[in-house]
Amino acid sequence: MSFFDQAPDTPRIAARFPDLHPPFNKIAAVTEANRCLYCFDAPCTAACPTHIDVPRFIRKIASGNLEGSAKTILDANILGASCARACPVAVLCEGACVMHRYNQQPIAIARLQRFAMDALYESSAPLPFAPGADTGKSVALIGGGPASLSCAAELRRRGIRAEIFDARPLPGGLNTYGIAEYKLPLAESLREIDLLTQLGVQFHFNSTVDAKKLAALESSRDAIFLGIGLGAIHRLGIAGETLPGVTNALDYIADYKSGQVTSAPERVAVIGAGNTAIDAANAAARLGANEVHMIYRRGPEQMSAFAYEYEHAKLEGVKFLWHMKPVGIKGTEKVEELELVHLEVTSDGSLLPKSDARIRLRVDLVILAIGQGTHTDFLDSPKINLERGRVVIDRVTGQTSNPKYFAGGDCANGGREVVDAVADGKRAGNGIAAWLEGQDANA
Amino acid sequence: MPTLETTFAGIRCMNPFWLASAPPSNCGEQVMRAFDTGWGGAVWKTIGEPITNVSSRYSSIDWNGQRMMGLNNIELISDRPIEVNLREISEVKRRYPKHVIIASLMVESKRHAWHEIVQRAEDAGADGLELNFGCPHGMSERGMGSAVGQVPEYCGQITEWVKEKARTPVIIKLTPNISDIRMPARAAKQAGADALSAINTINSITGIDLDTLEPRPNVDGKSSHGGYCGPAVKPIALNMVQQVMSDEQAALPMSGIGGIGVWQDAAEFILLGAGTVQVCTAVMHYGYRIVEDLADGLLAWMRRKGYQSIDDFRGLSLPNVAEWKHLNLNYKIVAHIHENKCIGCELCYTACWDGAHQCIHLDRALPTPNTSRTPEMIAAESRGRISTTPIPKLDLNGPENTGPYSTPLARIPRVDEHECVGCNLCSLVCPVPDCITMERVDNGLPAETWDERVNAGLVTEGSVTAGNPNI
Repeated sequence: MSFFDQAPDTPRIAARFPDLHPPFNKIAAVTEANRCLYCFDAPCTAACPTHIDVPRFIRKIASGNLEGSAKTILDANILGASCARACPVAVLCEGACVMHRYNQQPIAIARLQRFAMDALYESSAPLPFAPGADTGKSVALIGGGPASLSCAAELRRRGIRAEIFDARPLPGGLNTYGIAEYKLPLAESLREIDLLTQLGVQFHFNSTVDAKKLAALESSRDAIFLGIGLGAIHRLGIAGETLPGVTNALDYIADYKSGQVTSAPERVAVIGAGNTAIDAANAAARLGANEVHMIYRRGPEQMSAFAYEYEHAKLEGVKFLWHMKPVGIKGTEKVEELELVHLEVTSDGSLLPKSDARIRLRVDLVILAIGQGTHTDFLDSPKINLERGRVVIDRVTGQTSNPKYFAGGDCANGGREVVDAVADGKRAGNGIAAWLEGQDANA
Repeated sequence: MPTLETTFAGIRCMNPFWLASAPPSNCGEQVMRAFDTGWGGAVWKTIGEPITNVSSRYSSIDWNGQRMMGLNNIELISDRPIEVNLREISEVKRRYPKHVIIASLMVESKRHAWHEIVQRAEDAGADGLELNFGCPHGMSERGMGSAVGQVPEYCGQITEWVKEKARTPVIIKLTPNISDIRMPARAAKQAGADALSAINTINSITGIDLDTLEPRPNVDGKSSHGGYCGPAVKPIALNMVQQVMSDEQAALPMSGIGGIGVWQDAAEFILLGAGTVQVCTAVMHYGYRIVEDLADGLLAWMRRKGYQSIDDFRGLSLPNVAEWKHLNLNYKIVAHIHENKCIGCELCYTACWDGAHQCIHLDRALPTPNTSRTPEMIAAESRGRISTTPIPKLDLNGPENTGPYSTPLARIPRVDEHECVGCNLCSLVCPVPDCITMERVDNGLPAETWDERVNAGLVTEGSVTAGNPNI
């Protein structure tokens, strides 16, 4: 059974989270494609971490060569469909478009990319690549997120066996479980990963890799790729944090995407102001909460969320409490109240409570979104260099301090976009292939 | 106040805008509606023995999302009985006495047949006659239309027959499907024609359905060459009008036809000598209402330029079209890029390298300009340079420094003015208006043409290779 067919059927979620950016119809896509200037050495291509040849795929949409367009995208980025939906294009390709300096309206690159990828699925054409001739080499990839998927595709195209081990029941990592449904529906993430099955990538699900298992894999495989992402969301370390009704943003997003959560209580508070925090706050609003507050200890100018995400949250009705810090969670059987103090920025930039006065906010659900820890503990530190819990890699090849180990994605970069993970995985795939060839040459 | 009123070959016109002989002038009801919207005249869809049409009969070319850049048809002359057409002409003329109705005619190449149709059309009240010597499809295979227009002797012969009988001005409509359009025009003039109209449609096959391999327009799996018209044909039509109007033996009052849709098109035809213009494709695309802009726009332009009537500027551009040998060989221009307007698309750069003379470079940010780097080398260097991609908000300190212009200097191309041949290509591909201008270079040389060089004995007559004696 394909992964796509295993996607949970969640009509209520689908109705509440329709496309944030609806797809182009054919006429609009061709008109938009014709607006593209076909720049030489295009800035959009340089701004894409995977360096998709953007003008080339857009030109093929203009000429009606949709098959070629999808192939151009996938050639650079095997997760082209999810990146088309999940990428912060305003700060990447579309942000680099020369049109900004002309008529201020950049080419809608992401929507065009989605148009080409949707057309590929609708035509039910197979993946336009074949696996390379078998080299007899085999690589184990730990984690089933975008970094591993992209690395695996690169390996398969070079005839290297690729086995992905993932702790969850479905592949895709954050692509499948962690991106707001109105951006990237769970089913769409899975549909794309079905293409990888066609390349001969093998999957092992519900399969947690610990130190012991890693050692076994290391001895039986030619190389290991670590695409393990980040660990649990940080905790506040305040009283009442274990009460029912306290959750974290990633679990919350995963739960509603898989249909396990279909409604929200009256009053919700989200702690943090990053892009994930905003996804969780918007989700609570769409799931039916009457009041959604985002609580951040600094001001809007310091928040790590992109400006358009902030604007979007305001449109969803989310309210922001700036310069506030939770100091306690109250409740008898479940969360009832959040205690906050007002903070003041001192001249040296540190934050101090303005007074001892506590502000009480009635809440039914508290969602923590204050950054993620790492979970590289099971890696033997002398074996692989770590820095503040992150795997240290060579940026160009993805190789770690242990030559047999390669890594990429959030576990190496500390948490960035899907497309960064895809780019890391692609570079590591190339790096592994080159390293294996070099070993053969030396043998 | 300028006026659009004019006289064409003795025919008084409220304005120079006529419907061309085509579907928009097929019947009285249509022509009256056209007159109501402002058209000054109509050349009635060609009258002759009624024919049977096929379906489909039109096909078109789209370009860059724009519909109907070129239109093609395999439709024939009027499929309605001669009596019905003539009766409707009388009726329209009775109701619209000041509007011009020209009867377009096509009958067998027999003297008595032409005599008869001329008499009947004039009796119906037509202000003039247009002889359809141009229709390139269907009728030509029956010895009519362009079968006549392509042979100057036939043109002359039939014009003579018509002039024996006609009391109103006779306009000969010329076919472009001929190597020298001046020949049939000369024959018509010699035979006594009062005016000309040009051009009729151009032989074409618009395209083939790549699924079924059947050409368009599709008539039960087959197609036929048809007549091409619309915006795509205007440059061809302008050239042919100029050719005829610059030829003393051919020039007559000219009704210009071919791709006219806006007032600028009309002005261009008139500047090359046309007295009226005929419109079809634009009306088929957008309806009769386009005449409002044709008239309004042309009048506003006339007011700006100080012209009081059509005749004030008719033919003014004719002296500016010359043979190549009369062009100034010492006139030199070079491309100039206005950095403050450049958006960094680098289309001029790749166009100059691949399509022109390799004199635009991307080396402004290099310490030593290296003009030997090809576009392929530049693209490869660029790919090699980017291994990680910064996110502005996360990775850059402040806005990216772009230098004095809004586009980074490294992306603004540089013109090597010593190498630039002044071909224009970069300014044509540049998407930003006035970003690349062609600037005159004063090389201190007097104007000199090829012809003058030959006459001065600097190059031998018939020579094609002799260089510029000034270099």
